[in-house]
Amino acid sequence: MVIAPPPVIEIRNLVTEFATRHGPFRAVDDVSFTLHRGKTLCLVGESGSGKSVTARSILQIVDPPGRIISGEVKLHRHHTARGASQGDNIVDLAALDPRSAAIRAIRGRDIAMIFQEPMSSLSPVHTIGDQIGEAIRLHESVSRKEARARAIELLRKVEIANPDKTVDRYPFEYSGGMRQRAMIAMALACSPGVLIADEPTTALDVTTQAEILALIRKLQDDDGMSVLFITHDMGVVAEIADEVAVMRFGKIVEQGDTLSIFEKPQHDYTKMLLGSVKQLDRPSERRLKRRAEKPLGDVLLKVSGLTKAFHIDRGAFFKKTDPLLAVNEVSLSLRAGENLGIVGESGSGKSTLGRCILRVYDTSAGTVDYTAKDGVTRNLAALSETQLRAARRELRMVFQDPMSSLNPRMTVAQIIGEPMLVNGLYQGRALTDRVGELLELVGLPKSAMERYPHAFSGGQRQRIGIARAIALDPRIIIADEATSALDVSIRTQVLDLLLDLQERLDLSFIFISHDIAVIRYFCDRIAVMYKGRIVESGPTEQVCTDPQHPYTQALLSAVPHPDPRMRGTRIRTRYRETS
Amino acid sequence: MLFAYILKRLIWSIPFLFAVSLVAFALISAPPGDYVATFAATLAQSGDVVDQARLEALRERFGLDQSFLVQYWRWITGVLRGDFGISFEWQQPVADLIWERMGLSVALAAATLLFTWAIAFPIGIYSAVRKYSFGDYVISAIGFIGLSIPNFLLGLVLMYVSVVHFGHDASGLFSEQYQQAPWTWDKVVDLLKHLWVPVIILGTSSTASLIRIMRANLLDELHKPYVTTARAKGLSEMALLVKYPVRLALNPFVSTIGWAFPQLVSGSVIISYVLSLPTAGPLLLQALLAQDMYLAGAFILLLCCLSVVGMLISDILLAVIDPRIRYR
Amino acid sequence: MTLDTRQHPSTDQASQWRLMWWAFRRHRLAVFGLFLVALLYFIAAFAEVLAPYDPDQSNARAINHPPQALHLIKATPDGGWTIQPHVIGMALKRDPITLATTFTADPARTVDITLFGKGTPVKMWGLFTIERRLLAAKVPGERFYLIGADRLGRDMLSRIIAGTRISMSIGLIGVLMSLVLGIFLGGVSGYFGGWIDASVQRIVEFKLAMPTIPIWLGLSAALPQDWPPTWRYFAITVILSLIGWTELARVVRGRFLALRTEDFVTAARLDGCSQLRIIFRHMLPSMVSHIIASVSLAIPMMIIAETSLSFLGLGLLPPTISWGVLLKEAQNVRSIAEAPWLFSPGVAVCVAVLALNFLGDGLRDAADPYAQEGR
Repeated sequence: MVIAPPPVIEIRNLVTEFATRHGPFRAVDDVSFTLHRGKTLCLVGESGSGKSVTARSILQIVDPPGRIISGEVKLHRHHTARGASQGDNIVDLAALDPRSAAIRAIRGRDIAMIFQEPMSSLSPVHTIGDQIGEAIRLHESVSRKEARARAIELLRKVEIANPDKTVDRYPFEYSGGMRQRAMIAMALACSPGVLIADEPTTALDVTTQAEILALIRKLQDDDGMSVLFITHDMGVVAEIADEVAVMRFGKIVEQGDTLSIFEKPQHDYTKMLLGSVKQLDRPSERRLKRRAEKPLGDVLLKVSGLTKAFHIDRGAFFKKTDPLLAVNEVSLSLRAGENLGIVGESGSGKSTLGRCILRVYDTSAGTVDYTAKDGVTRNLAALSETQLRAARRELRMVFQDPMSSLNPRMTVAQIIGEPMLVNGLYQGRALTDRVGELLELVGLPKSAMERYPHAFSGGQRQRIGIARAIALDPRIIIADEATSALDVSIRTQVLDLLLDLQERLDLSFIFISHDIAVIRYFCDRIAVMYKGRIVESGPTEQVCTDPQHPYTQALLSAVPHPDPRMRGTRIRTRYRETS
Repeated sequence: MLFAYILKRLIWSIPFLFAVSLVAFALISAPPGDYVATFAATLAQSGDVVDQARLEALRERFGLDQSFLVQYWRWITGVLRGDFGISFEWQQPVADLIWERMGLSVALAAATLLFTWAIAFPIGIYSAVRKYSFGDYVISAIGFIGLSIPNFLLGLVLMYVSVVHFGHDASGLFSEQYQQAPWTWDKVVDLLKHLWVPVIILGTSSTASLIRIMRANLLDELHKPYVTTARAKGLSEMALLVKYPVRLALNPFVSTIGWAFPQLVSGSVIISYVLSLPTAGPLLLQALLAQDMYLAGAFILLLCCLSVVGMLISDILLAVIDPRIRYR
Repeated sequence: MTLDTRQHPSTDQASQWRLMWWAFRRHRLAVFGLFLVALLYFIAAFAEVLAPYDPDQSNARAINHPPQALHLIKATPDGGWTIQPHVIGMALKRDPITLATTFTADPARTVDITLFGKGTPVKMWGLFTIERRLLAAKVPGERFYLIGADRLGRDMLSRIIAGTRISMSIGLIGVLMSLVLGIFLGGVSGYFGGWIDASVQRIVEFKLAMPTIPIWLGLSAALPQDWPPTWRYFAITVILSLIGWTELARVVRGRFLALRTEDFVTAARLDGCSQLRIIFRHMLPSMVSHIIASVSLAIPMMIIAETSLSFLGLGLLPPTISWGVLLKEAQNVRSIAEAPWLFSPGVAVCVAVLALNFLGDGLRDAADPYAQEGR
């Protein structure tokens, strides 16, 4: 039995409320936990669970109308403040005035914080050096010159190249990963005892995420910092947490050390959460069974040499155009009844590829040969908008954002009925009946028809989007990050719905995602995209277990595994382009 | 980078100025009949002998029998040399009439702009930070009223009040003894004493709108994540406010200079007329009503140029304070 | 943080208009503004019935007649009282030396007023003749001046009511014209993008760089003086709308550009909708509310512009009656010192502009009922 390190922050019965028009909304409801010195505590939960508000309550930086109602946030300053007195010095942060000098002296010095969106969390009109220097000068009396020198040192520490030059750059000149590094450098400015990281890697690509996680871990080992890490991603938890607290609806439903939470979860919610995470990242049993029963059919869609160039205007006086090849000579094929996954990081061109196939964007070169129901093969890339109408009945799309893909001003019946109405398939009563049928098919009650999209949750909206997609009896559905905006527990439900529909309606899918776990669950074949090209493709299991291309290897090695026992067993590789 | 941006912006304003001058000229040539006919009519009215040879000479000089483009060419090349033609009504070269009045107009507009900013900036910040407080409501109410009263009406009311209740005439920019006097220090002081009345009248509505702009901008910025970041650093509320959200809310504020200043100059036309100020306004009106084309044209052209210059200045200022713009 | 909207089942089935109305209703001032604007347009529509007299009828005995207060309760000869709206008569006195005229109250003489009494016959909307007026003297031929008379003895109230029709309609028609121009150019610009957008944008930029007032003045001065009043009315409306379209074009273009990239518009395209259907069924409903809000904020600008132009003698000219034309009478200090009630059209301008601004502000805040969600 190892003696537990001393506590640094003890939270007892914390309650934070938001005043709304319909009365107070309790975002944090009687939360208690303890953060130990040098340890990482992961606060995990789905959207709206109150995990982020809890983190902000510690520093009393909850935006109005939110405020702490009751509870204690005890900070053991003798463990956090540098050069503090030897004796016990315990401060209750919740009792301090949020505007007082006392709590300001703690913010940034004892406890520093980093946020989800590094771009919007940095001021766009001040240089990085200025913003880091400010953090130093707030708590220590140093000259501007010294502060700048320290800022350069900090940037070097977070592994930013050429810090003496980049220190004078603006945030918009940094890449996403660099910005988060700069945020971390700023947080480290006064060597705080505690770092609160509020979903710091959610907005980043998985390879960048792995780098940032490694950096935080390294800094923690160097300085003995305690980290309160807020995340929704069980994989990240397994990767970094010493202790875990699971939040739901403002309450902590379960907490404990990482191994016991992952291996012996007690609460149903934790079990469900872990279940849905573990269910992903391996092939769907149902899909495998189905494929054994019914082998794949002929090739329906054959894309060859597809290229899409965007032109970006540059130059002050003369228009020079740099074509950006978002999709660069991509070839792929899809067979009847097959699920093809396209995986890639942001900017890899995977969404553009999906939209080019459906001709949302015009293509620059290449062919998209689609064999329609009538047996005729046409090159979609060469058809006019009117000629495309027939093909677009058979190829449908499901969008990423269930908010913006449904017109908020139309009822669900109008949204789902629209494609059938404009294609002249149903009218009047028959249309209403058909919409009801479709709703039941996607697991929504018929009564949903009269409502507007704002009455539904994210997962329900995505079901409405799916109902619209299958309304025309399509053969191929292109799902563009269709589950990315959903919480993990909803994610598997939607994927299972799609598999269910595939069986009933004989569908084939092109499933575009950045999330390899989802693709592994859902797809028979996978194509890995990097900078507009497909670098590797093949059967999903083969590519996932034995990747050939160095980029695929790097990508897979960066994916956090929802199993704390795997921690440190894999060697992370970085992919650097040669040329 | 900044220099390249300014250069680019400067070069862009040349075709703009050209188009502006074309519009100004088209505007003054729009009324039916040519100027010389109007001029002859004016002469005949005042009992002067109409000298046909002189009229012909005038026609010849301005190329009135030529096409629109030729006339424009003669006019604009004259303008570039500083010759704006002659005023039919005043029988003087236009250039002699306009400069002092334009100068006073610009001075009035500049004073108003300073006044507007001095008031709108702090009040806008207060209103946003204390959103929905009593003070905010009072400010919003006053702002609404300020926006709703046409400024000539405000001028009339103020004049009425000063005449009826104080027995003092609020019109004009100078006391009687300085009206014709050459420029001296005392005359400047006298000008400043009179300037505040038109400044308040002219500034009311733009102050009201700037307060609203500042408030709305700041409200947008106050809840941005970078404010939370700064707060988490331990910055005090006041320092934080000034360094981050106010700094960013300044951008749209600065871009208002582009339209606010020229708008004030041309907005003063009406109020100058009501208060009979010796600025460009009354003379422009008189020239328009009397179809004194070259005089009106000169004013319209100068006012348009001022607008273009205002846009230029605000774009440059914006690029100076916001790095994102000069890199775009 | 999204709150659970399902707590409020009634909003689930609420269309955008109902959601907007709910948001709008919370704005007390905006509702008040709506009421005032409705009232003003009602007055404009029924000016003939609401005005006690013919606005052009002059009266040499009522030159600069001061306002008379309306009394409701009248003493009867037998010592009791009765409800009878009336005004106290005024006697005209001429100073024998200065020849200046003054009016003094003459309590002995009262003018009784009835609702819907008979007045001078007038053509309603130029279609049919009516005789009844909302307020009329009980004894035909007697005159009362609730807010005074002008230098020709014309009743100010009747003139302001007549002016309401011209001034309020010029704002509305001007805005509608600029709306057509703005929607067309902004829509074309925003929908097609590319070089069309670029050239329309250049035009808008150029337009914005031009100072408004001198251009107005120049254009109005270029109108021939001998045009009939209706021509002039339309010419001024066109001039006002030429200036006002840019803001509307900007709004329309901005919404179009924002909507064009929305997934639900792409979805409509993939559903097989024609371009027209995409624009009218899917995009326009999201823009209408924004357009209405901009329109209601543009009308007061137009009203102020018309008033200013007419005030300077460059806009509408007598015999056309608009608030600006009426205010021209109040141009010099001497006349307003003598007859301050000549300002009253100015009050009408302020009330109209204020009401429209309140309304527009409320509409703008309510225009996107979906934006507040999730905040």
